[in-house]
Amino acid sequence: MAPIKRPYLKLDRIGKIFERRGVRSEVLRDIDLAIEKGEFVSIIGHSGCGKSTMLNLVAGLTQATTGGVLLENHEVNSPGPERAVVFQNHSLLPWLSVYDNVRLAVDKVFSGKKSRAQRHDWTLHNLELVQMTHAKDKRPSEISGGMKQRVGIARALAMEPKVLLLDEPFGALDALTRAHLQDSLMDIHRTLGNTVIMITHDVDEAVLLSDRIVMMTNGPAATIGELLDVGLPRPRRRLELVSDPTYVAAREAVLKFLYERHAYVEAA
Amino acid sequence: MTYAMKSVETDVAESARPALSLALGAVGRGIRSGLLWLAAKALPPLVTLALILLVWQILCAKPGATLPPPSQIWRDSYDLITQPFFNFGTQDIGLGWRVLVSLETVAYGFGFATIAGILLGALIGQSEWAMRGLDPIFQVLRTVPPLAWLPIALAAFRDSRPSAIFVIFITAIWPILINTAVGIRNIPQDYRNVAAVLRLNPIEFFLKVMLPSAAPYIFTGLRIGIGLAWLAIVAAEMLTGGVGIGFFIWDAWNSSRLSDIIVALAYIGLVGFALDRLVAAVGGLVARGAQAS
Repeated sequence: MAPIKRPYLKLDRIGKIFERRGVRSEVLRDIDLAIEKGEFVSIIGHSGCGKSTMLNLVAGLTQATTGGVLLENHEVNSPGPERAVVFQNHSLLPWLSVYDNVRLAVDKVFSGKKSRAQRHDWTLHNLELVQMTHAKDKRPSEISGGMKQRVGIARALAMEPKVLLLDEPFGALDALTRAHLQDSLMDIHRTLGNTVIMITHDVDEAVLLSDRIVMMTNGPAATIGELLDVGLPRPRRRLELVSDPTYVAAREAVLKFLYERHAYVEAA
Repeated sequence: MTYAMKSVETDVAESARPALSLALGAVGRGIRSGLLWLAAKALPPLVTLALILLVWQILCAKPGATLPPPSQIWRDSYDLITQPFFNFGTQDIGLGWRVLVSLETVAYGFGFATIAGILLGALIGQSEWAMRGLDPIFQVLRTVPPLAWLPIALAAFRDSRPSAIFVIFITAIWPILINTAVGIRNIPQDYRNVAAVLRLNPIEFFLKVMLPSAAPYIFTGLRIGIGLAWLAIVAAEMLTGGVGIGFFIWDAWNSSRLSDIIVALAYIGLVGFALDRLVAAVGGLVARGAQAS
């Protein structure tokens, strides 16, 4: 019995103000969030609510104006491989093959810790995890969007991150490919037990994948409007869930939040 | 860069295999279409060339013409045209040798310009403050005509060869530098984010992200640079002497060998064309790897 349990990842009263040419815009205000190890958390909200900014703060790609991010009680102030990001547009380096894209990350993170042969095996292992071994010698331009995203996930997983950050990873994919990748991601999460933060604006995706859903209010000065625990047992099966009352209720709660209480106001 | 080159080679090897079997299967058709292609490509310039020579012949064959007609050039400079690589002593050598001497100078100057141009271009492309500090100075310096640097270079180096190399360097560096800077500034933020998450150090970032990403821009700069360098070397050699093709023209002018000058002009033009195509071809190979997907 630990008397005071510290969270694995903590977003501590984060505020973010962008200032460009004297124009101040407050994007985030008072974001407080604690995430446990192995938890899958989705962040959902309308466009422009600062979801990506929040993820970038955890990634260390931007700095908070007030407050801070703590990972295992260490403050995050620069990007690093222990908080690997899967970018929305895959961001594979087009001049490298699929294998070399992952290998670049493996070489960088495990230089000195693994031998050449081990790094090679680890690269292949991660490509296998996302079922992309068959295309390892192809260039990103020669594979489909879904495959690129798989490779992006493999690259992030290969870094053995403490937290896996997914920035609308399936946003640009068609519905079938998306469902397929969601299933892959669930499998990987079950096997590896990663701590995951995922940004999405797809309600079904959020409910299906997450342990908890963070619902953001609209910007400017967006903050966490509501937290929803998705009490669905794992493993989850897409088809069985459609009529599951817990699933339906969770889905309804998120939809109500997004479209009733915090309906998106189109900037006139 | 090395990765890009490697996979380009495999691409070529893969695409060559089916092409080969196809060609073996239909050799006759292949040869015919090849000839057609050659005719379509080579015939128009050859016809134009013949017309130009004809008009030139007619205009300059009249008595009192100031320039020699092609037929006279052929007679006067027969050995220069047909034997590029004879060697009868220091100033009595074939134009092929002279071109090689000039090319060597260009290679040094252009080589230094490539290294310095890419490094400085990366610096001002990457750093806002370096750009603010250096860009105005570069913008002024790059408008100075190449030959205006020659007296300064001669005074500084007290020798003609390093001065010529310096003139080539200072001529070729600006397009390389400016294009590299633009290429670096256009590196997508995504690649920078990837590099940041991976914690690539500056050298790794330069080699693994900057160079391949900016390669198409860099090669545009290199192509402009090699053209300017070849323009400048001829002029520089006219003033500095030596055995290059530029000095040959000056020497021929002083001995009133007009035919020789015209032959030399043809050499210079063809070599310049070849250099341009060479850099463009290398650039094409490298840039294929940097295509955004």
